[in-house]
Amino acid sequence: MSGILGKKVGMTSIYDESGKNIPVTVIEAGPCIVSQIRTKDVDGYDAVQLAYGEKKEKHTTNALKGHLHKAGTGPKAMIAEFTRFEKKKSLGETVTVEVFMEGEFVDVVGVTKGKGFQGVVKRHGFGGVGQATHGQHNRLRAPGSIGASSYPSRVFKGMRMAGRMGGDRVKLINLQIVKIIPEKNLILVKGAVPGPKNGFLKIERWN
Amino acid sequence: MSKNALIQFVEDQVAIKDFPAFSAGDTITVTYKIIEGTKERLQKFQGVVLQRVGEGPKATFTVRKISNNIGVERIFPVASPFIQEIEVNKKGAVRRARIFYLRSLRGKKARIKEARR
Repeated sequence: MSGILGKKVGMTSIYDESGKNIPVTVIEAGPCIVSQIRTKDVDGYDAVQLAYGEKKEKHTTNALKGHLHKAGTGPKAMIAEFTRFEKKKSLGETVTVEVFMEGEFVDVVGVTKGKGFQGVVKRHGFGGVGQATHGQHNRLRAPGSIGASSYPSRVFKGMRMAGRMGGDRVKLINLQIVKIIPEKNLILVKGAVPGPKNGFLKIERWN
Repeated sequence: MSKNALIQFVEDQVAIKDFPAFSAGDTITVTYKIIEGTKERLQKFQGVVLQRVGEGPKATFTVRKISNNIGVERIFPVASPFIQEIEVNKKGAVRRARIFYLRSLRGKKARIKEARR
């Protein structure tokens, strides 16, 4: 595994050599600091912990300050682990976008935009009930039946109903890297990625 | 909302050819490249510009023409490398930026006055 942490900048479109229009998401990724090396002997598994992003000192706990001080760096906004990192890394080393190559396929993890309390049509893709005419009213976007009566006399667990939508951790797999601009720490990924602009992202590549 | 500087940086790298200025109501001829299998050829599309949308590499424009009595519309991305040339044939005098009312007009009614220079 190989990876980096970044921030969503926004979307635009570019053209490839054959003249095809490609929608891309611009991600500002790295440079990240290696903040901890986890080893099999000490932690039970091998991983590299990366830290990324600006954070004010007054908003940082002393525990985090101390942890990052060992790697010789200031407060960071996002910290994540990458198991079985491909290249050997040492504490305090920087990881830049050059861990990836153009044309590779990566997975992008982000937290989706919060949508608030939503009905079943938007949240679960239900079709709604019936038709709009013939005296029908009030039930256009209703969920319909949620189960039988005396048996089972309860609603099954996991029944899809209205509720809070969004704000979930989502991983999109196999997004192609269209372009890498190392001097600006930018990665251009084909298609959309989860989350708002300035949302933190974890970009990883498995082999 | 101002555009992010990094998005601007990426968009600046997309080469956009220098075309003559045109807007909705103008009659233009777009020469564009078509690739059929391995062969390439140029085709012309002449019609009235209905609208221009977007900016930078995302900008597009819609051209409408009447072909065999059937209205045909085509949307071209301005930054598309397939567009070879855009020629402005006639400057139209229209009052709005999106002249979709043209779709419901036929024959003599669908004419657009030429703009006075």
